[in-house]
Amino acid sequence: MKAIEGVALSKSFGGVVALRRASFAADGGEVHALVGENGAGKSTLIKLLSGLYPPDSGEIRVNDATVHFARPQDALVSGIGTVFQELTLLPFMTVAENLMLGREPRSGPFIDRRKLITAAHELFDDAGISGIEPLELVGNLPLAQQQIVEIVKAVSRKPRIIFMDEPTSALAEHSVDWLFGVIKRLRAEGACIVFTSHRWNEIKGIADRITVFRNGEWVATSQAAELSEGDAVERMTGQRLDVLFPKPAPVTDQTQRLTVEGVTAKKLPAISFGARAGEVLGIGGLAGQGQRELFLTLFGVNPHTAGTVRVDGAAAHLRTPQEAIRAGIALIPEDRKTEGLLLPLSVRQNLALAVLKRVSRNGFVRRAAEDALVGSMVTSLAIKTPNPGQRVGALSGGNQQKVLIGRWLLTDARVLLLYDITRGVDVGTKRDIYLLIRRLSEEGRTILLYSTDTEEIAHLCHRVLIMREGRIVSELQHDLTPEAIVAAAIRVPVAS
Amino acid sequence: MTRSPARYPARSMARLRLRYYAVQNVPLLLSLGLFVAMVILYIILFALKQSRLPGAFELLTTVNNTLSVGLSAIGQTFVVLTGGIDLSVGGIVDVTNSVAARYMGDSPGSIALVSLATLAVGAFAGLTNGLLVVYGRLQPIIVTLATLAIWEGIALLVLPQQGGSIPPALTAILAGTLPFLTWLPNSVIIAVLLVAGWQLLRSTPFLTGVYAIGNDERAARANGISVARAKLGASTLAGTCAGAAGLYFAAANTSGDATSGTPFTLTSIAAVVLGGVSLFGGRGSAIGSLAGAFILTLLLNVLFFAGVNTQLQEFFQGLFLILAVVASTLVRRSLQRAR
Repeated sequence: MKAIEGVALSKSFGGVVALRRASFAADGGEVHALVGENGAGKSTLIKLLSGLYPPDSGEIRVNDATVHFARPQDALVSGIGTVFQELTLLPFMTVAENLMLGREPRSGPFIDRRKLITAAHELFDDAGISGIEPLELVGNLPLAQQQIVEIVKAVSRKPRIIFMDEPTSALAEHSVDWLFGVIKRLRAEGACIVFTSHRWNEIKGIADRITVFRNGEWVATSQAAELSEGDAVERMTGQRLDVLFPKPAPVTDQTQRLTVEGVTAKKLPAISFGARAGEVLGIGGLAGQGQRELFLTLFGVNPHTAGTVRVDGAAAHLRTPQEAIRAGIALIPEDRKTEGLLLPLSVRQNLALAVLKRVSRNGFVRRAAEDALVGSMVTSLAIKTPNPGQRVGALSGGNQQKVLIGRWLLTDARVLLLYDITRGVDVGTKRDIYLLIRRLSEEGRTILLYSTDTEEIAHLCHRVLIMREGRIVSELQHDLTPEAIVAAAIRVPVAS
Repeated sequence: MTRSPARYPARSMARLRLRYYAVQNVPLLLSLGLFVAMVILYIILFALKQSRLPGAFELLTTVNNTLSVGLSAIGQTFVVLTGGIDLSVGGIVDVTNSVAARYMGDSPGSIALVSLATLAVGAFAGLTNGLLVVYGRLQPIIVTLATLAIWEGIALLVLPQQGGSIPPALTAILAGTLPFLTWLPNSVIIAVLLVAGWQLLRSTPFLTGVYAIGNDERAARANGISVARAKLGASTLAGTCAGAAGLYFAAANTSGDATSGTPFTLTSIAAVVLGGVSLFGGRGSAIGSLAGAFILTLLLNVLFFAGVNTQLQEFFQGLFLILAVVASTLVRRSLQRAR
């Protein structure tokens, strides 16, 4: 008997297909991992099976009986509990109110607040959690504790089927151990646990079976013991792991494009370096060694008190981002939602934003010119959108990042500052972005690349500068391996 | 470390709850503080001008003048807590005020029946708003802007000319005093009952659902809260309160007027804002809104005693509202920084 089953489920949002005739089944007493890139359809599947919205077509079965979930309440009643990726906590209500929402202890028609708090304490005690005050507002808790509250809330309803969408992404390591203890206990009690994670060792550590999704479709379900990481990645992306990084294009032009001389700013005690046209220059080092400040200073967000920056020999004034853009410098940040894209606007509007002047005449945008430019971008970047009029906010994270890169691709920005741009982007889109970086450098643009993923710096760059406490402490040009970069980053400075 | 409940002595739990309640309800406490400050300012100015302290008569007129706005502000609070807004309050006050003035006779039966009818009209109007928002999937501001005009129009049909009559018995009950407690206006008793009623309602699963959807509608739904039920309930209660406001306004003025209720839309929103209720929904208390209504009345009295030209009253009301909101924001921010 299958505890939960989805048969040929399909779901589209505004023309973007999220799930295409996807089937999935899990049994009681098993831990079933769902893996796939961002936008593969995992979260959509979980939302359909939790009754958050109805499928366009297909069937849901609980214990082999067909069910119709009109609302989440129906799924809850059917014994399904869900830890959603976007937490379902109410920020201005207390932890206790959140935990007991919809099942508050009563005295007569009224909620008994004293019992409510006691009940919350008991839930935490049962789950082995201490240090979260039930009287505190949920919105005042750090994200990791909110995640724990969300998990405790879902588990405490004693569901027979429990979905956990990325439950570990916000958790510290010891909390992950706690969660796995909870999952194992639920499995021993015969519950069916379905979870998603991007961390392979977590999946290997706990899953009995693994189902791979790609592009909204079911690909394969295997015993966890029989699936290697390489095979899983191949099924997720359709290609092998080692072809993921394109080789950097050879630098032919010897022109010095970017010159930084003695730039002094917040957390930067005087930094100097240069980069050639077409060069991809990696900025490495441990996290928080002034890399972020360097990028923000070069983009005119942070002011510098001394030193000069030259682009193609001309001194650049960098007091505001507008001046940086005029000097040919562009920043693509990691947090595209707050720092770059206008989510309610269309792909077309976002792409054309920086080149409105070029496609306008007499102050009016020429739609045909704009369409031609935008159309070519959408095609060459392989942006997955039903049409250029689609709201950017409706695209997946990776495709949003492509739109942001595409915007600068259209400008004549000669120096691109890429700050951790692949964070939270799925594997397939990452590869598209790597190819884009190569293409940008082939066009002769200079690229400064910072990434929390050392593999990326090692494989994409021609040269790597290692930063420590706002200074460049070493430079690597040959033998760019992740090991060498990490070794240079943690090497204790020699007293001189 | 959180202690387990068994080790919680009852007294320290009460103190802990009070401390968290205070920290989490700063806007409400600020508005209650502003209310007290306005009372003191009023008493000082009154004493300076009249060479005596305000007495039972001043208490009666002040509370009677405030209660209609207070009722409509309490109603507005329900809708604002869900994250919506009700612009039709003024229209509902118009129509219920007109119904009471036109149809109420002197017999106890008629008084009871027509009073109930005004509340029913208010409830119906509120429910209509709710149905259009929930099932018509329309924005509350558009729905209630339309129904505001509709109820204003119906009010003029019911009572084309200002006047009508309100039986003195109703006025005595709602706006007078008890024969054996002449220093205590009935309107004060009503206000206290409203506060008590709100506190009871605050402890119901229904109002918890209203707060929940105001916090985050999507998340509340995922928790099994019925969004439709909470919104319909909130808008129906809002309409009922507006109906009560119309009835009270007629009783206090002993006559009806089909247009006198229209300003209630904006004053009820002003009272809600002064009461520290978040216009984004999910935070605040109707007790604050009631305090906000009193602050608005006291402000008028203070302006009067300060000798401000009556034509400039609205100018100063607006100025006051801005200053109060800015000051409250500044205080809350500095408190947050201090934490």
